[in-house]
Amino acid sequence: MGFLEDRFDDNIITAKLDQILSWARSTSAWYFQFGLACCAIEMMATAASRHDLERIGMMPRSSPRQADVMIVAGTVTLKMATRVIKLYDQMADPKYVISMGSCANSGGPYSRQGYHVLKGVDQIIPVDVYVPGCPPRPESLIEGLLKLQDKIRKERPLTKKK
Amino acid sequence: MIINQKVSDILKAKFPGVVIPSEEQHNDYIQIYPEKWNEIAKFIKTESELKFDSCQCITGVDLGIEEGLEVRYNFHSMKLKHKIEIRIAVERKKPSIPSVEQVWRGADWLEREVYDMYGIRFKGHRDLRRMLLPDDWKGWPLRKDYKTPKIYNGMKVPKVRKGWD
Repeated sequence: MGFLEDRFDDNIITAKLDQILSWARSTSAWYFQFGLACCAIEMMATAASRHDLERIGMMPRSSPRQADVMIVAGTVTLKMATRVIKLYDQMADPKYVISMGSCANSGGPYSRQGYHVLKGVDQIIPVDVYVPGCPPRPESLIEGLLKLQDKIRKERPLTKKK
Repeated sequence: MIINQKVSDILKAKFPGVVIPSEEQHNDYIQIYPEKWNEIAKFIKTESELKFDSCQCITGVDLGIEEGLEVRYNFHSMKLKHKIEIRIAVERKKPSIPSVEQVWRGADWLEREVYDMYGIRFKGHRDLRRMLLPDDWKGWPLRKDYKTPKIYNGMKVPKVRKGWD
C-alpha cells in the first residue's frame, strides 16, 4: 500500500476501496433458498449446524431480491426452467449462480432420455461455479462456495474495464 | 385369487356381459369393458360384500403400437381388508373412459396424471387439466410413439453435451 502502510496503529488496515468492496461482497454472499430436488436436502444439510454455512458468511434468503447467490440445487425441468429465468431476473446485481449436482450441470441421469429436463442450467442463465456430484456432499458444496468467494474477491467493481 | 373370483361372479350376475372372460386360470385382475364403468364403480363401492372404499392407484399402460392403451385401477377395502385390480382397455385413436372422480375423490389427481401422460380423456371429470407437465406441452410423453420435442419455449431439449457419458 505504498506510503500509507505502517503509518497507523496495528488495528488500522489500509486497502483500496475496490478490494474492500469485493472482500465485503465475497464474505457476505447471501444465497437464495431455492431447492429443486434431492440436492436441496444436501444444501439444507450444509446450512444446518454441522457444516454451518453462516461461518463463511452465507445465509439463506427467501426472496430473490435479497439474495446474491443462486444455488441451482437439483433437476431443472423445462417447466421449472421458465421460473428459474424469472427468479434470476428478479435478483439484484451483482448476482452469481452455482450449479449444484449432475442434473443442473448437464442433465445428469436424464441427459439422454429425459424429455422434460433441461440439459444443463447454463443454457438459460450464466453459471459461475459447477459443483459435481449426485448429490454433492456438503463438503463439495462448501468447496464450490469457497471457489465462488475467490472469484468474487478477485473482482474489481470500481476499476474501469479496459 | 378368491376375491377375484368372487368379484367377478358378483359383477357377472349384476351386469351381464361386462366382464371379459380370460383363459388364464389364476388372474389376479378383472378385465372389463369401459361402457358401464361408472355404474360398476358405484356398485363395487357400496355393495355390502365388496365395499371397495379406497381407490389406491390408477395407472395408465401403453401395451405397444399395435395394441391400445389400458387403465388399471387398484382398489382396497378398508372394512373387509381385500383388494382387487380392474383393467379397462381403451383404443389408441381417441382414448376415452368414464371418470370415477366423483365416486372416489382420491381418483381426481390420479386421473389427471393418467391424462397428462397418456392422453386418456376421463369423461365426466370436472377438472381435467395436465397434472405435472406445463399447460402448453404438446403430446403424451409415456406413449410408445411419443417423440421427444426438439425445442420447448426456446430451450433445447435433446442432449447438448458430447462426451459426458
